[in-house]
Amino acid sequence: MNDYLRLDGVSKRYGEIVAVRGVSLSLHRGELLALLGPSGSGKTTILRLLSGFETTDEGRILVDGEDITALRPVDRRFGMVFQHYALFPHLDVAHNVAFGLRSLGVRGRDLDGRVDDALALVDLRGFEKRRVHELSGGQQQRVALARALAPEPRVLLLDEPLSNLDPSLREKTRLEMRDLVRRVGITTILVTHEQEEAFALGDRIALLRDGRLEQAGTAEQLYASPASRFVAGFIGRASGIEGEILARREREIDVRVENAVWTLPADSAPSSDRVILMIRPEALRLVPSNDEVLTARITARRFSGAQAFYHLRTGRGVVLEVAVAPSLETAGDQVGLVPVVPGVHLFPQETD
Amino acid sequence: MRIRKAAVPGALLIVVLFWLIAYPLLLVAVESVRTPDGWTLAFYEELVTHRSEWSALWASIWISIVTVLVAAIVGIPLAFLFSRFEFPGRRVLGALIALPAVLPPLVGVIAFLFLYGESGFVSKLIQATLRLEQAPWRLQGPLAILLVHAYSMYVYFYLLTRVGLSTIDPSLREAAASLGAGRWRTLHSVVIPLLRPSLAGAALLTFMASLASFSAPYLFGGGFRVMTTQIVSTRLNGNYTMAMVQTVALTTVSLIGLWLISRTERRERLGGGSKGTAPAPVRIESGTVRSAVVLASWSLALLLLLPHVTLLLLSFVPAGTWTTEAFPPDYSLRNYVSLVTQPERLRPLLNSLWMAGGAMIAAVAISLAACHLSIRAIAPGRRVIDLLLAVPWAVPGTVFAIALATLFSVEAPLMGRTILIGTIWILPLAYLVRNLPLTSRAIASGFLALDPSLEEAAASLGAGRLRTLLRVTLPLLRPALAAAATLAFVTGLGDFVTSVVLYTYDTRPLSLEILSELRQGDVGAAAAYGVLLMIISALVFVAGSERKRVTR
Repeated sequence: MNDYLRLDGVSKRYGEIVAVRGVSLSLHRGELLALLGPSGSGKTTILRLLSGFETTDEGRILVDGEDITALRPVDRRFGMVFQHYALFPHLDVAHNVAFGLRSLGVRGRDLDGRVDDALALVDLRGFEKRRVHELSGGQQQRVALARALAPEPRVLLLDEPLSNLDPSLREKTRLEMRDLVRRVGITTILVTHEQEEAFALGDRIALLRDGRLEQAGTAEQLYASPASRFVAGFIGRASGIEGEILARREREIDVRVENAVWTLPADSAPSSDRVILMIRPEALRLVPSNDEVLTARITARRFSGAQAFYHLRTGRGVVLEVAVAPSLETAGDQVGLVPVVPGVHLFPQETD
Repeated sequence: MRIRKAAVPGALLIVVLFWLIAYPLLLVAVESVRTPDGWTLAFYEELVTHRSEWSALWASIWISIVTVLVAAIVGIPLAFLFSRFEFPGRRVLGALIALPAVLPPLVGVIAFLFLYGESGFVSKLIQATLRLEQAPWRLQGPLAILLVHAYSMYVYFYLLTRVGLSTIDPSLREAAASLGAGRWRTLHSVVIPLLRPSLAGAALLTFMASLASFSAPYLFGGGFRVMTTQIVSTRLNGNYTMAMVQTVALTTVSLIGLWLISRTERRERLGGGSKGTAPAPVRIESGTVRSAVVLASWSLALLLLLPHVTLLLLSFVPAGTWTTEAFPPDYSLRNYVSLVTQPERLRPLLNSLWMAGGAMIAAVAISLAACHLSIRAIAPGRRVIDLLLAVPWAVPGTVFAIALATLFSVEAPLMGRTILIGTIWILPLAYLVRNLPLTSRAIASGFLALDPSLEEAAASLGAGRLRTLLRVTLPLLRPALAAAATLAFVTGLGDFVTSVVLYTYDTRPLSLEILSELRQGDVGAAAAYGVLLMIISALVFVAGSERKRVTR
C-alpha cells in the first residue's frame, strides 16, 4: 500500500505514565486523519511526537519512506497550527506568514509573492500590515493556517484548531478549513476531542483511549461496526445492557436479556457467553408490553422534531435510550422493547 | 455643582504629598538660582564651564551606562540558564542568586572592602601566594565602583529577564521551530523581541539605581567623584548654592529616566498578549556540559555568598587583635556582647529600629489612603497622587536628603517650613518619603488584585465603611501590606544615603555607626553591626512572606 505518512509501533512514556502505547497508523498522500479521544487519551502526545517536540521512546515515524523519527522539529518540514495559534505578537500578519519561508531561504519578490499567495488562500489579502492582536479569533486562525501552509510542508498538523472559536463561528470555519485542506491536497492530521469535528473534517478517524489505538476507519465504519464497547459508546449514542448467549446457530444466536430472549445475527457474537449489548437508540422499537418482550417503563421523553428520545427503565433498573417517531406514550407508561438490527453490538462482559 | 465625597480627603492627601515630595524639590530649584544678593544663574554657568563640575555629572552618567551593560552581561545569561535548563542544584542556586538584593548597600560595600580591599582576604591571599611586596590591586576608582554595582545590580536583569521568559508562551518557540527556525533564529527573531520590554525595564532600573548609588562611590571613589558624592562634598564645604545646582542637575537626569520608564511600561502593555505558562526546564544532556554548568554556578554562588560570610567571620574578631596576618588569629563573641551591654553601642541600633519602624508605619498608612483614594474612590486628582508617589522613586536619595534639609532648615510656618534639622524627626521623615513609592506600589498591586465586589458585598450586607475596611479590605490586603511594610522597614534600617546628610550624633543610625567604627579601625564592631542588619532584614523578609502564606 502506498503510505505517505506512517507511524509504526510508536510509544511514549513520561516516567511511570505511558502516554502512547504502540500506536501504528498510516495515511496516504492528501488524506485527512482525525485523532479523536477523550482528554488524556494520548492524541496530543501523538501530535507532538509527529511534530518532533517530543521524542519517541519506541517505534518509527516515516514520511514518504524516509525515517524521520530522529529528526529535529526544525528539519521535519511539518506545518503546525497550534491550539492558541501561537502567532508572533511582535510581528504583523505578513511577517508571521513569511517566517517559515525565510527559513527556507526565500527572499525578495519571491517571498512577497508567496506570502501573498498564502494570504489569498485564506482570504486575508489586505491584512498584511495588521498586528495579531487587531484580528478576530477567526482571522487569527486563518493567519495561523496560512503561516503553516506557506512553506509548503509535507504534513499539516492541526491541534484542536477550532476549540478557540465561538460556537457560532465554528461550523462555518470548519467547512472553510475542510475545503482549503482539500484544495491544497496536503496530508493532514487533526487532533480533536469533539466527535462532530472529527466526523466533519476527517476522511478517516482514529479513536484513541489510554494511549492505545482503539479503532481507525471512516465515520461510517466506526459507527456501524465498532471494534470495542468503548468505540460503540464513544461514537454516536448507545446504551449498554447485560445479556447471556443461550444458543449459537450457524447464522443466528439467542441472547437472554432480562425477561426476554432476542435472536440476533451470529457474526458479531464474541466467544464468551456473558455479553454486553450496546444498543443504538434507533435499534429498539416500542411494542405493547407482554411477558415475551423486554419490558420497561418510560421515565422521560424529549421531543426533537422528526424524532422523540425516550428514556426507559427496565425491570432490573437499566436505563435505555430509544429514538422513535413521536407517539402518544407518556412518562410512566409500561412498554415492551424489541431489537431492530443492525444497531445492536455484542461485546464480552469481562473487558469493558 | 456636585463635589464628590472623596474630594476632601483626596485634596488633603495631595497637600501632604506635595509638601513632602514636590515642595522640597521646588525649593531646591529656587535656592539654586538665589543668593543673598539676588537671583543669579552664575552657578549654573560654573557647572557647565568648570571641568571639575561637569565631569562628576558625566562620570555619573557613564558609570551608570557601563553598569547597565555589565549587569546585563551577567544577569541575562544567568536568567536563561536558570529558567531554561535543569541541572543539579538549580532550585537552591536560583534562590541564592538573588542574595545581593538583601544586602543593605553600605554593608555590601564594606564586605567588599574586607574581601577585595588592600588588606582584604582575597588580596592578602593573592599577595601571599604570589609573594608580592604589595597588595595586587587597590580597590579604588571607577573599576571598584563598577565591581560593586555589577554585584548588587545584575539582580534586576536576572529577575526581570526570568519574569519575561516565563510569560512567553512556549508554543511560540515551538511554532518557530515547526517553521524551520533554528535555535539562534528563534532567539533573535522571537524570544529577544518579546523580551524587549523586560530588558528595557531592567536597563532603566539599573541605570536609575546606579545614578543614585552613593555608598560605593563614597567609600571607593577616592579622587573620582560622581554626582551623588559631589553634592554631599560640596555641601560639606559650605557651598550650599552650588550643591543645589548640582542637585537640580542630577534630578533632571533622573526625571528623564523616570519618563523613559513610564514610556516603556506603556509600550509593554501593548506588546503583551500571550499567556504565562512557564515551559519546563530542559535537562542538559551532555555530561561534560552539565558538569561545567554545575561547577560554574556553584562557584558563582560562592562568589555571591563570600561578602556575607566575610562579614560574619569578621564580626567575631575583637578590636585590635588582627593586624598583619592573612586570617584573624582570635575569635570571640565580644563584639556582640558589647552591642548589648554598652549603651553607646546599643543606641544606633535602637535609633535605626524606631526610625525605620515609625517611617514604615507612616508610609504604609499614607500609601493605603492614597491607593484607596486613587483606585477605589477614584478621587479627583488621582493622577497627581500617582505622579507624586512615583517621584521619590526616580529621584536619588541624595537629592531628597538635600531637599528635605533645605525645607526644614528655616522657621517659616506660613511657608510650610520649620526647623527639623538636628531633631529626631528629620530622619524618620526622610525615610518615609523614600519609602512611599515602594509601599504604594506594593499596596496598589494588592488593591488591583482585590475584587471590588467584595467590598460592595460587605456594604450590601449593611457593613459601614469602617467595618468594611477593618473586616474585609484590610484582611484581604494583608499580603500586600506585609510586603509593603517589609520593604519599607528594611530600606529604612539600612539607609545610608539620606542619613549621611541629615543625621546628628544622637540620632545616628546603624549605617553611620558602622562607618565610624570602621574609621576608628574597629573592623569587628562594624562587621557585627552589618551582620545584625543582615539578620534583621532576613527575619523581616521571612516574617513578611510567612504572613502571606497564611492568608492564602
